[in-house]
Amino acid sequence: MTDISIQNLYKVYGNNPKGMMKYLLKGITKKDLLEEHSHVLGLRNINLDIKSKKIHVIMGLSGSGKSTLIRHLNRIIEPTAGRVIVDGKNIIEISEDELREFRRYKASMVFQKFGLLPHRTVIQNVSYGLLIQGKNKIEANQRAQKWIDRVALTGFENNYPHQMSGGMQQRVGLARALATDAGILLMDEAFSSLDPLIRTNMQDMLLDLQKELNKTIVFITHDINEAIRIGVNISILRDGSIIQTGSPEDILLRPKDNYITDFIKDINRGRVIKISSIMKKTNIANGPKILFNKSIEEALPIIASTSDSCAAIVDDKGKTLGTVSLDSVIAAISNNRN
Amino acid sequence: MIDFFTEFPEISRSGLRDIKNAIDNAFRSFSRSYGESIEIFFDPLLWFLIWFEKLLVNTPWPIIMLIIASLCYLGSRNWKLPLASILTFTLIGYLGMWEDTMSTIALISVATLLCIIIGMPLGIWMARYDRVQKTLNPLLDVMQTIPIFVYLLPVLMLLGIGKVPGLIAICVYAMPPIIRLTNLGIRLVDKDILEAANAFGADTKQRLIEVQIPLALPNIFAGINQTIMMALAMVVIASMIGVRGLGIPVLQAIQNQYLALGLMNGLAIVALAIIFDRSLQRYGERLQKHNNGHKND
Repeated sequence: MTDISIQNLYKVYGNNPKGMMKYLLKGITKKDLLEEHSHVLGLRNINLDIKSKKIHVIMGLSGSGKSTLIRHLNRIIEPTAGRVIVDGKNIIEISEDELREFRRYKASMVFQKFGLLPHRTVIQNVSYGLLIQGKNKIEANQRAQKWIDRVALTGFENNYPHQMSGGMQQRVGLARALATDAGILLMDEAFSSLDPLIRTNMQDMLLDLQKELNKTIVFITHDINEAIRIGVNISILRDGSIIQTGSPEDILLRPKDNYITDFIKDINRGRVIKISSIMKKTNIANGPKILFNKSIEEALPIIASTSDSCAAIVDDKGKTLGTVSLDSVIAAISNNRN
Repeated sequence: MIDFFTEFPEISRSGLRDIKNAIDNAFRSFSRSYGESIEIFFDPLLWFLIWFEKLLVNTPWPIIMLIIASLCYLGSRNWKLPLASILTFTLIGYLGMWEDTMSTIALISVATLLCIIIGMPLGIWMARYDRVQKTLNPLLDVMQTIPIFVYLLPVLMLLGIGKVPGLIAICVYAMPPIIRLTNLGIRLVDKDILEAANAFGADTKQRLIEVQIPLALPNIFAGINQTIMMALAMVVIASMIGVRGLGIPVLQAIQNQYLALGLMNGLAIVALAIIFDRSLQRYGERLQKHNNGHKND
């Protein structure tokens, strides 16, 4: 339902951003734009379709423009040129009132630094979006309580943010964003400031919630492991341009350039790549049967234990889809691009 | 030619006199034609001040003491300050300064209230528009540095001697801190928190009331505190244009070299200042408690 389509989006910072468009269309580099025209390039010609009800991760290092990009989706930042179409409406062109409605009901946001109101308790923070929508206090509190329970903060309703750890504060931030029932959830490096262990817990919580909520989630991160762990689709951003978009397997198996190859070299490939994506398609195959959605890591011991190092890949009805040899598994794990 | 360097080339005496006369006459005719309507405009303020002063003077002293002590307790949540205030007021009453003290409290309260009512919106306005800040800042500098008697003069010419000119003189001097600190407080509100409010679709009013003012409150309170202190500092000067209160005996003491009288009334003003200051400071600190450990301290 809530597909997001970003079309020809540009963002330039400076005194005369619109005037820089003619140079950008001619293909000026970020460096030249800064040196010759004293304008900073934020985003260049972003075209991206974000599928509804899926988690789409936008990954990039600092300065790549990822936080700028996500802020265009609820127009906290105005673009220099381009369109952002949500539910068939270009939100760049809607009026101030429509935009407020959009932010209240359609898209909520979770922030890297939490953005909680320090003078309000947990329950007051979680009900904040509902009160802004104009809900009465009783209803807002009831709904807020439900989400506080969902993020396992029951009992902390009357605590103030500063009394809680970062992970707990971000759960408040998540509950606040979910409480408005918006179909789109924008998460700007939401887990980046948390400890590794707590970060993994939060990722699990998000994946768990998503199974049930099916929201359109746009998730910003600089961490490739996080991107691969939670993303259904991943876009990699560099210097304000998207250089590759695809599923985690796409990115791992078919990285578009050396920049991405560098990124993914430390990833545990065996756990991410599905056996079906490296099989040779055929109707007849020998060896033990392996279900198509198993990871290489799970399939490897089965294949290794067979005499001829081959296995058959089958779908959930037992029909043969293809065959996999030990060599091809080893090639996929060893990052062999030649 | 040498004259040019030793003597500053100044306007001729008659020319200067003409300029001065022109300004004086213009203001006098303005005063004649509008003085009365300006006076009528300030009448409600005068009535309120007189009513409040009478209320304080006519209320039995034990009740006043009780009210002050409980206000001190509400402010500080501590028994020390109420106790100190009861002792102070007992001494003030015993030394015959009760009525003057009540008049002064009435004057300071009304002046502070006026400063908050006018100053806070101005501060908010200043925080919203850089251009307003640029325009108001020099004006505030003038208000704080211009010798009091200089702006007292036109006020006196317009309104004559009395409570209202005194009140205006106090407000001109005491209002800048509340304006400045409201502006500062709102500008210092964490940008991330404001962005979050924006992202959830808060409109200007919701942002102001639910985010900006609450988070600016510690600074706003510091401003109110400053305003009260500066208003108290103006009590003696206000008494020169006929405002009743602790300033009158101090003025008499200066004119007649009564050391004890001056000292006692002067110290009563100091005592009021300390009591106001401490209760408000404690209250301000309590407001900040929620923010402990947060960036927006």
